[in-house]
Amino acid sequence: MTTLKPLLEPVFQPVLDKAASVIPIHWQIRGAHSVQSVKQRIGKARKVPVFRETPLPDVSTLALEDIDVSNPFLYRQGLWHSYFKRLRDECPVHYQQSSPFGPFWSVTRYEDILFVDTRHDLFSAEPIISIGPQPEGLEIETFIAMDPPKHDVQRQAVQGVVAPKNLAQMEGLIRSRTADVLDHLPVNEPFDWVRRVSIELTSRMLATLFDFPFDQRHKLAYWSDMAASPPESTGGTANTDEGFRAAADMARQMSLLWREKEARKAAGEETGFDLISLLLANESTRGMINRPMEFMGNMVLLIVGGNDTTRNSMTGGVLALNQFPDEFTKLRDNPELIPNMVSEIIRWQTPLAYMRRVAKQDVTLNGKTIKKGDKVVMWYASGNRDERAFDEDPDQFIIDRKNVRKHLSFGFGVHRCMGNRLAEMQLRILWEEILKRFDDIEVLEEPERVQSNFVRGYSSMRVKLTRKAVR
Amino acid sequence: MGRITFIEHDGTEHVVGIEEGQSLMETAVENGIPGIDADCGGACACGTCHVIVDRDWIRATGRIDAVEEGMLALTPEKTDTSRLSCQVPVSESLDGLVVRLPEFQM
Repeated sequence: MTTLKPLLEPVFQPVLDKAASVIPIHWQIRGAHSVQSVKQRIGKARKVPVFRETPLPDVSTLALEDIDVSNPFLYRQGLWHSYFKRLRDECPVHYQQSSPFGPFWSVTRYEDILFVDTRHDLFSAEPIISIGPQPEGLEIETFIAMDPPKHDVQRQAVQGVVAPKNLAQMEGLIRSRTADVLDHLPVNEPFDWVRRVSIELTSRMLATLFDFPFDQRHKLAYWSDMAASPPESTGGTANTDEGFRAAADMARQMSLLWREKEARKAAGEETGFDLISLLLANESTRGMINRPMEFMGNMVLLIVGGNDTTRNSMTGGVLALNQFPDEFTKLRDNPELIPNMVSEIIRWQTPLAYMRRVAKQDVTLNGKTIKKGDKVVMWYASGNRDERAFDEDPDQFIIDRKNVRKHLSFGFGVHRCMGNRLAEMQLRILWEEILKRFDDIEVLEEPERVQSNFVRGYSSMRVKLTRKAVR
Repeated sequence: MGRITFIEHDGTEHVVGIEEGQSLMETAVENGIPGIDADCGGACACGTCHVIVDRDWIRATGRIDAVEEGMLALTPEKTDTSRLSCQVPVSESLDGLVVRLPEFQM
């Protein structure tokens, strides 16, 4: 609905609802894009911040109030660690008055994050979970950014897709696709792990989950990248016009896919266990396509949720084992540690840095009073390195770390990651298949990290493989 | 000392002793019952200590609050006698309790 709102008065809402179910979604997005372009030209659009990279100062030179952890270059420049350590030690609930995303609170210790995450009665996930807002005109409704009870209804409708029961049926397929990717990698020569493995595998997984045309799977990764990186939301590099075009293209193709499956089902064909088939099989969701913003919201959420997160954990795991070579040796000698290592990779990488909330009332937290309406950012990346919460040095990568499953990367409470079991399974299978084939994955140079305050990711990482010696 | 029986999804039974003051989750974890992850450590925040209580015993396990209800709703394998074991205090009054483990924790 949101896309048409600027065009019409609220009194037309019922007409609008009807129209929304008749007008193809991608046309609506194009319409919103036109409206936005006009607003831009006449100066009525909200200003989109522009980020230019400059070297950031050492955190010890800054006054507490000048520390701005929303800076999208903090992770890229390898400074996030010292910045967050200072906040955890000196000002665990920290207020930044004047960031490019407006004022916000940072919650940086494990226990405080757990508190905020589980108290959805005090902290709202609406309207969105990034520090900054969604692009104007592209405000999609997703249940990750809804409060109960609305959240519960929407989530329950789709969560069966990634339920362990379904996943068990998919394990064989995921394994054969993983094996295929690994079997075609060059050995003893440099290549980009991000492109050849992490992006390739997550795109294949998404194509499988959606039963999306396999030869077009790169589009899923592209749409996801566009959705996660608007500068005003996360400090990323997406361009507004390109974002609208990507959203329209995605809406068109996903609607088409839905209609095809709907027709096949109506013709009595047996349906698969892909996402759309399952939604079509469920009474409460089979009409979802007639609720365009809900439809788009679910598609975007599931595509983004299954993309950056797993992709960057696939890269991060290789990097971690290179930075902690004794752990690589331990892994080779004890492959049964893979499941625990998978959790440790997800903790160590924390592929999404945070989730944002808004206080629903005044709340006192760790001595600070957060006012009703204030933005509150739960920095999972910081909580996962909180010395107060992890007995063994949290900066170390320890594949047999005890209690590692308490990490914050999946969030806690009603918004806990829905795809956690799928992510763990994908990473487990990847490492099982890697160990069958290779003795070493040598990282050749520092990887390139992405510009974002949200996604802790890698755009490239050159590696060289050593084939497993015959023993 | 009273006894509690955990039955794994494949039918394997584990009979353990009651330790007053613990939660059912802690009892399971301390006795090494497989299939209880308890990722959040008992904060009613992850849903990975899900158990299905024998119908005759559901009343004895006490009331479910809204938070637990909300977390249980996220579990695809929820039944009408599902509980999060971290929210069930264990006492001698539960002597003879039988709970089943779901096939998967979410």
